[in-house]
Amino acid sequence: MSAITEFWTSTIWPLIAPIWPLIVIVAQSLLLLVLLLVTIAYVLLADRKIWAAVQIRRGPNVVGPWGLLQSFADLLKFVLKEPVIPAGANKGVFLLAPLVTCTLALAAWAVIPVSAGWAIAEINVGILYIFAISSLMVYGVIMAGWASNSKYPFLAALRSAAQMVSYEVSIGFVIITVLLCAGSLKLSAIVAAQDGRYGMFGWYWLPLFPMFVVFFISALAETNRPPFDLVEAESELVAGFMVEYGSTPYMMFMLGEYVAIGTMCAMATILFLGGWLPPFPVAPFTWVPGVIWFVLKAFFMFFLFAMAKAIVPRYRYDQLMRLGWKVFLPVSLFMVVVVAAVLQFGGLARG
Amino acid sequence: MILPALFFYLFAGVCVASAFMVIAAKNPVHSVLFLILAFVNASGLFVLMGAEFLAMILIVVYVGAVAVLFLFVVMMLDVDFAELRQGFLQYLPVGALVGVVFLVELLLVVGTWVIGPGIPRAITAPIPQAITNTEALGRVLYTQYIYYFQAAGLILLVAMIGAIVLTLRHRPNVKRQNISDQVARTRATAIDVVKVRPGQGL
Repeated sequence: MSAITEFWTSTIWPLIAPIWPLIVIVAQSLLLLVLLLVTIAYVLLADRKIWAAVQIRRGPNVVGPWGLLQSFADLLKFVLKEPVIPAGANKGVFLLAPLVTCTLALAAWAVIPVSAGWAIAEINVGILYIFAISSLMVYGVIMAGWASNSKYPFLAALRSAAQMVSYEVSIGFVIITVLLCAGSLKLSAIVAAQDGRYGMFGWYWLPLFPMFVVFFISALAETNRPPFDLVEAESELVAGFMVEYGSTPYMMFMLGEYVAIGTMCAMATILFLGGWLPPFPVAPFTWVPGVIWFVLKAFFMFFLFAMAKAIVPRYRYDQLMRLGWKVFLPVSLFMVVVVAAVLQFGGLARG
Repeated sequence: MILPALFFYLFAGVCVASAFMVIAAKNPVHSVLFLILAFVNASGLFVLMGAEFLAMILIVVYVGAVAVLFLFVVMMLDVDFAELRQGFLQYLPVGALVGVVFLVELLLVVGTWVIGPGIPRAITAPIPQAITNTEALGRVLYTQYIYYFQAAGLILLVAMIGAIVLTLRHRPNVKRQNISDQVARTRATAIDVVKVRPGQGL
């Protein structure tokens, strides 16, 4: 026994000690990734089930009990099909586009704290990191549209890029108002700033309610969700920038899209719904672990996303751009000034 | 200690290689994509230096906005690749001149660093140890140099408005959407019920 211990401490440990932090981070990332992907599989199912329920249908109910294994069946179907690359496509960029979308969407989750201290990397500029990643997401769309070498994907990519860039502006201003109130760019500090005596009435959704609405609608547009799914408006653009994609590359687009939606829900939870904090800071609520509150809130946000998809008709493109530039941009800019003034002259500013 | 070094060589290596590919790639869209890769790796280097705010701003501003415009322009232009490649060596002397100028400047900067390590520190603002670099930048820009910063912002605003004024043309006879008119329509104003007598028409 002691020989093995000595062999370990003298020979093996010095070899792996320098890269031990890397091993820990990789293990944590894998754990998060697996949990996240399984959750996304059920989020996808929930999306279809909610949509079906609104239309008084049953939704997917054949694979597994109540259709619970539907997403995994879809996964198998996508993976086992043959990927077709069009002859005129730019092969490298064509295959890189879904990878970029998927990787970036998953990378955003590295900084999201699902409970106090439960983040892979708690960086000082967490909110900026997520914002930067979501502004990079547009590249997956442009690259796919251009590399397909086909008219409809290219038109859809231009449209979608313009849409995503436009709504990023108002999301940026919404984030600024929250940052003014919280006084930090760190995600855990933003959640901690919402902790108070009043429980859920002290979270930022109430004092910043107009910004919460602007954020929700902009998040729908940013992730290309209905009613702003002009990217894949099938009545006019066939299926948008991913017309030429099938099998695994298509699945990666879809996965990236749903993970991005999950990121937006998590972001809304952190910025406006108090992250992992219990709704009331009293006994039975504080016993529940923070991660459960976080997941419940994020699912509530996703439920709103799904309901918006089910009940709102698609926007016209010019109206979408008008809403972004002529309504949300002035409103959010005005709110930044108002919030800053209230904080400064009300003596409420932090930090 | 080995991990930061590992990542430094990874980021620096990819950054230099992709910067080379920006000028070496035959397809201009590939050039822009390599430029984006170079930006992302440069921001990785910023993170390693502890300047995380600059790193994120580099990605948000340059990669998320400026490079998208580059990509749009390059994709929309009808570029003749064969013609583009013919004149490649023609620009070599000018390119070499610019390169030499940059090299000399870099050497001068590094030279002052080597001769007197105190000199660069004397001209830069010292960052207090206790605060994050976001806060340090905020203090410099919004507290110490607020008027210069606002003046720079105003100049940019004037440039932006100037660009719009120079290119805006009001063309007559163009149909436009008027949202307030469209929303103000009611049943009374939209529908006109007309009694039509049989055999007479309208």
